[in-house]
Amino acid sequence: MANPLLRGESLSKRFGGVHAVENASFDLHRGEVLGLVGDNGAGKSTLIKMISGVLQPTSGKLYWKGEEAAFSSVSYARNLGIETIYQDLALADNLGIAANVFLGREPARRVLGFIRVIDRKLMDQRAEDILARLQLRLGSMHTPVWSLSGGQRQSVAIGRAIFWDAELLIMDEPTAALGVYERATVLKLIKQLKKQGMTIILISHNLYDIFETADQIAVMRRGRIVECLETASTTEDEVIHMMIGTEAQV
Amino acid sequence: MVNHDRRGEPKKGGVVLSERTYEDRPNLWKRLLKQWIFLALLVFIAVFSVTAPGFLTVRNIRNIISYTSVPLLLALGQTFVIISGGIDLSVGAVLGFCGVSSALILKLVWDATGSVGFSIVAGTLSGMIIGTTLGAVSGTMIAKLKVPPFVVTLGMLGIARGCTYLLTSGRSIIGLPIELARIGNYRIWGVIPITLVVALLLIGISLYLLNMTRMGRYTYAIGGSETAAIRAGIPVARYKILIYALSGFMASCAGLVTLARFGTGSPLAGVNSELDSIAAVVIGGASLMGGIGTIFGSVVGALIIGVLLVGLVLLNVEPYWQMVSVGVILIIAVFLDQVRNKDRVQP
Repeated sequence: MANPLLRGESLSKRFGGVHAVENASFDLHRGEVLGLVGDNGAGKSTLIKMISGVLQPTSGKLYWKGEEAAFSSVSYARNLGIETIYQDLALADNLGIAANVFLGREPARRVLGFIRVIDRKLMDQRAEDILARLQLRLGSMHTPVWSLSGGQRQSVAIGRAIFWDAELLIMDEPTAALGVYERATVLKLIKQLKKQGMTIILISHNLYDIFETADQIAVMRRGRIVECLETASTTEDEVIHMMIGTEAQV
Repeated sequence: MVNHDRRGEPKKGGVVLSERTYEDRPNLWKRLLKQWIFLALLVFIAVFSVTAPGFLTVRNIRNIISYTSVPLLLALGQTFVIISGGIDLSVGAVLGFCGVSSALILKLVWDATGSVGFSIVAGTLSGMIIGTTLGAVSGTMIAKLKVPPFVVTLGMLGIARGCTYLLTSGRSIIGLPIELARIGNYRIWGVIPITLVVALLLIGISLYLLNMTRMGRYTYAIGGSETAAIRAGIPVARYKILIYALSGFMASCAGLVTLARFGTGSPLAGVNSELDSIAAVVIGGASLMGGIGTIFGSVVGALIIGVLLVGLVLLNVEPYWQMVSVGVILIIAVFLDQVRNKDRVQP
């Protein structure tokens, strides 16, 4: 089989004396959805921050498409095609949908040959296109994001991430704080992305979400990846036991 | 699964996220409230036109323009600062410092070269450079050293105002070329004051920057959510410095307009005018929490301040009542703003 899209080799991250992540290794293949689970403080966030370039590992290596890469900054990871959707979504609430999709990368055009202005029309059209690709309808592209519901905000964040031809999408607790209906739509969205061939790392507390969408499940406990499981050949009970570290019965 | 939109009609395919949509338009009352401050300005003008003799004369309108120009120019820069979630308390002091230092430079160059034209150009440009630099210095301390804007600009207020008194020993700088005041009070075709032209030009620049450029977009983004701006890869520090530099530039323009109008450099120019500029921006609908505000609103806010001052003087009311009324309007403005935004979901 070809090189994995992303490979982590003995990744460790220490904060002073605290081993947030220790010796974590994993392979992530193209088109796969990897569910990352673990209790609070298990090191999930630290691990994805190393992949998205927010933190640099104390030791260990990352390989992108088979080549070693130093994930030295967020923009470096982003240029490789890694987009991260954080739990807080990081949307500018006062700006519209299109403005958020393009935030930080606004297309410009020139008026009268020398005055640079932001190309709003283009932004509106392209944002609408991308949401159509997700089969989403959110109304006007100028609607300020604060007036949207949690699920709609989530889809704006997803739209923004995939707009930039992301090859790997990291989603941190995408369904936390969502209502039942909204949670279902976001899960539907994830499955749709998977169908379109997107590679995804999904972090969730909710095992239902993971079992619904993931191909593989990586269980973290106290900074280590204790097990990588095929979703099809495991059960929620087994995963829970691995998360809390008991083989015993509940 | 069949999704239904708000009217209950089934939609064809796709994921429709319901709950709230943009069709939840605010009702008519709220939409009127949104423009209430503009209506208030029209009401003031109407009331003064009826009650104050000579309010709607060319001469008086020129008065309004000249009284409005300083808070207006300061408010333009302040709009960017406040939308970005900051505040600039130093604009009045920077105005004063730019005024006297460009007067001093003008005088020096005039003495050295004897050329009136050259000295005026030198004085103007150096004033603009000084103001922009002071703003950039404040911005750097805010963006890089993470000192709160309130503290930095309050410090800058003291520094700039103190240096203004030190430079002048507290006395006005006189003996400037008469041509300076001629330019400052020049009227195009004998009607349109030069101050108005400068103000319109700077309003145009502000409108362009805030609404059509990345800088404007990022000003809103930083005020809306600084975390979001950082995560989106926006060089937030650089834009913050730019925003405060712009505020400093606007303050220097206000200082130069004042200098040219009176033909002397007064160390007292711009005292307390930072409060007018903040009032103008907030009356104009900007939120001190950042993320919200418009140039149009700030211009209307500044005009209200100018119209009240001139109108009350014409009515022979003690001018101190203008301060009182601006204070009252300021509080009403913020109150109505909260009423208006009550339904806004705060995440």
